[in-house]
Amino acid sequence: MTYLSAMRPEEILTPTPSGVCCQTGGFHIDPTRPVDKAVITHGHSDHARPGHGAVLATQETLDLMRLRYGENFAGSTQAAIPGETLTLGGAKVTFHPAGHVLGSAQVAVECKGLKIVASGDYKDAPDPTCAPFELVPCDVFITEATFGLPVFRHGDTSGEIAKLLHSVAVFPERAHLVGAYSLGKAQRVMALIRKAGYDKPIYLHGAMEKITNYYVSRGIDLGELRPVRGADKTELAGAIALCPPSALQDVWTRRFPDPLPCFASGWMRVRARARQRGVEFPLVISDHADWDGLTTTIAATGASEIWVTHGQEDALVHWCKARGLRARPLAIVGYGDEEESGGGAEGGSGETPAAQP
Amino acid sequence: MNKFAKLLDRLAYEPGRNNKLRLIADYLRTTPDPERGFALAALTGALSFQHAKSGLIRTLIAERTDPVLFELSYDYVGDLSETVALMWPADPAKRPNAIPSLSDVIETLSTLGKAQLPSQLARWLDGLDETGRWALLKLVTGGLRIGVSARLAKTAAASLGGKEPNEVEILWPGLAPPFTELFAWLEGRADMPVSRDPAPFRPAMLAHAIEEADFAGLDPKDFSAEWKWDGIRVQAVAGNDENGEMVTRLYSRTGEDISKSFPDLAEALRMPGSIDGELLIVRDGHVQSFNVLQQRLNRKAVTPKLLQEFPAHLRAYDLLVDGTEDLRELPFADRRKRLQSFIEKLNNLRIDLSPLIPFDTWDELTAARANPSKAGTDSEAVEGVMLKRRDAVYVPGRPKGLWWKWKRDPLVVDAVLMYAQRGHGKRSSYYSDYTFGVWTNGEAGDQLVPVGKAYFGSTDEELQKIDRFVRNNTIERFGPVRVVTHDPDKGLVFEVAFEGLQRSTRHKSGLAMRFPRISRLRWDKPPREADRLEGLEKILTKIETGRSARPSLVGEG
Repeated sequence: MTYLSAMRPEEILTPTPSGVCCQTGGFHIDPTRPVDKAVITHGHSDHARPGHGAVLATQETLDLMRLRYGENFAGSTQAAIPGETLTLGGAKVTFHPAGHVLGSAQVAVECKGLKIVASGDYKDAPDPTCAPFELVPCDVFITEATFGLPVFRHGDTSGEIAKLLHSVAVFPERAHLVGAYSLGKAQRVMALIRKAGYDKPIYLHGAMEKITNYYVSRGIDLGELRPVRGADKTELAGAIALCPPSALQDVWTRRFPDPLPCFASGWMRVRARARQRGVEFPLVISDHADWDGLTTTIAATGASEIWVTHGQEDALVHWCKARGLRARPLAIVGYGDEEESGGGAEGGSGETPAAQP
Repeated sequence: MNKFAKLLDRLAYEPGRNNKLRLIADYLRTTPDPERGFALAALTGALSFQHAKSGLIRTLIAERTDPVLFELSYDYVGDLSETVALMWPADPAKRPNAIPSLSDVIETLSTLGKAQLPSQLARWLDGLDETGRWALLKLVTGGLRIGVSARLAKTAAASLGGKEPNEVEILWPGLAPPFTELFAWLEGRADMPVSRDPAPFRPAMLAHAIEEADFAGLDPKDFSAEWKWDGIRVQAVAGNDENGEMVTRLYSRTGEDISKSFPDLAEALRMPGSIDGELLIVRDGHVQSFNVLQQRLNRKAVTPKLLQEFPAHLRAYDLLVDGTEDLRELPFADRRKRLQSFIEKLNNLRIDLSPLIPFDTWDELTAARANPSKAGTDSEAVEGVMLKRRDAVYVPGRPKGLWWKWKRDPLVVDAVLMYAQRGHGKRSSYYSDYTFGVWTNGEAGDQLVPVGKAYFGSTDEELQKIDRFVRNNTIERFGPVRVVTHDPDKGLVFEVAFEGLQRSTRHKSGLAMRFPRISRLRWDKPPREADRLEGLEKILTKIETGRSARPSLVGEG
């Protein structure tokens, strides 16, 4: 695509340290501080924060924010329907599925013939718990780079689930505790376990119950689920239990017989990450696009300019420039956290203090 | 290869010794010969093909990836083999029909010419998945590092036949991959294998480091003491082959044949037997410091000049075999008597007896350790005291409570953190590799000059605390290196312990530390109170002139 006007993309969406701002539309996308009007891509806490005046997001994202932050998480809300275009001031705004978690969306902003897509977090891999990623051709593509290094290739999830079920068979006396972010990853892992034919009850940490119940209420079948709370030790031998990653090192694990700490995350691809977290059984399952996913998506959008929000932006910006694309890192503070890159990026996108037991 | 790769992958994450044993034993039980034998060889470090250099691996990946992306990835992952395994472009069109087995790989490697290695390696990498590539690269570069000791792997093998690990250990030097006779014996299908080597290595007995608290439970009457010499531990073995010819060999502590590097010493053992001792450089009857031995070890070619300048010497600690009689089942006190007469009979200036330290109480021994000048002018080559139970038989490995080592206190210096880098391996997300310096006069007054590098992280909490300090006090970045604030009033002081000093033209300070490690964090100390280069130079001069009692820059507190 070519620019129909002499308008610079920065005049439509202006990057600021607390998120991108659309002056003409009068809104921010995923702002990290309270604003009058916020457009939210998905429910993870580093993108969806409480305290905004008005929030525009998909119904699922609004529901999830309400579950996490309470009824008064925003002054007013409006549900966006994917594929339907809204006019906000001088800008046209359309939501498109991002394939990241339930309700996740990309936000396309169009103004005077120039189209910018803010993709939030996304993945192009199949996920039985949310609508698949939709490719939106555009002039400027705003992408994440959580796994923006060519060492991150997430591979096939069925192989990882098979490895887990094999271990359950080999160590039938041990409980397999799977650390997974409580919004999205946990439900996806459970759905994949069911798909692989495992039909025993799956046990849930208390912090996961609310969001998991919401997924089930939206028609996602996760089989028989039981709370860990109240189950006795012998019952938990050979069981699979899902918990927030932080619980893997917690005294909470003492109720299990010889627990095996597993962790489902894209970070598990790198051994040092897994070991730093005390993980003994890594499962490479990610809700973010891997290197191949990022680069194919960028190329397929046809965008001539790429903005990179967070993660390993250096490598992705380098890759873009080597292909003649204009590219820049946005340096937004608060999406993921460089200091916590051993899981914090995803950790930020699923864990809130309120979600702890 | 895939089954072995999966085993390695699982072992690398499994912290429990018993679970590791279970995983290895299960693999050995369910895998056929010769595949399992080669796996056992890989786990015990018994493979002897020419290892691929990391330069070759770098070249292979450079031909296939963008150099900037490679460097960023390597910096992030912190391990070359793993980076390459993950980045390797998996082109389905290039995938060969058969996945290589571990036996294929090892047998091919042992005969492969150097010129064919790169293309062969690339073909294998094309045929494997991430885990397989990782295992293959670990194998060909010779560094599995998965937290499995040779001892643990042998223990797992022994468990197949319900045998004691030491039974395998004693047979081990006479065996070779793929160990089919060992497995046949373990599974009760054949007799115990017999060694026909006239001068075999016998697994060495090692000591535990003693702690203050250990002394309370020990009676000085039960122990002999001798100096711990600072050379390299060796085993000198001589025996007659089938033709009555004397075969002599010198082995390192781990059983590596090092006869070729020390022909002057190997030929000195002219009587059948096996001596466990320390290799030292002795000039005019005086043992030289490890610095001097290091100079001989650094030279690749063994020239007449080298032999003359750095004459090798064996200080004998123990006698394992006398003639053809195995003495290892005798108590230490009895072996010591046999050693004494063996050395007398041998009557060779290059081989002498390690003297015992007379003592009746721990206090007397403490005094002797504090002042090894009683060992004569050789005291600079003493690195501590060894304690051996008089009734201890010679047991391979590191049995608890029989032998103790009691090292001398290290030298210490207070130095200031100057640069930090992310660590490798387990520490790869943390700034855990530190360069530290001491003060010296510069053009503009006092300035810090780097004197050494060490990593740190005895506890996660400390590691995180320094990591945070580094990230919050970075003043500049050079690639992966962060320059950390190091002003007289603001910075972090480390107490650094080290074993010795050497002159070095590679370092700006002109000296290099031996085994530096961070012994304490001095959050309380302002950098201006750290030590000075002049102080280190004084220690170095003392070491070189052999006059030093143990000098130290740092007082207590």
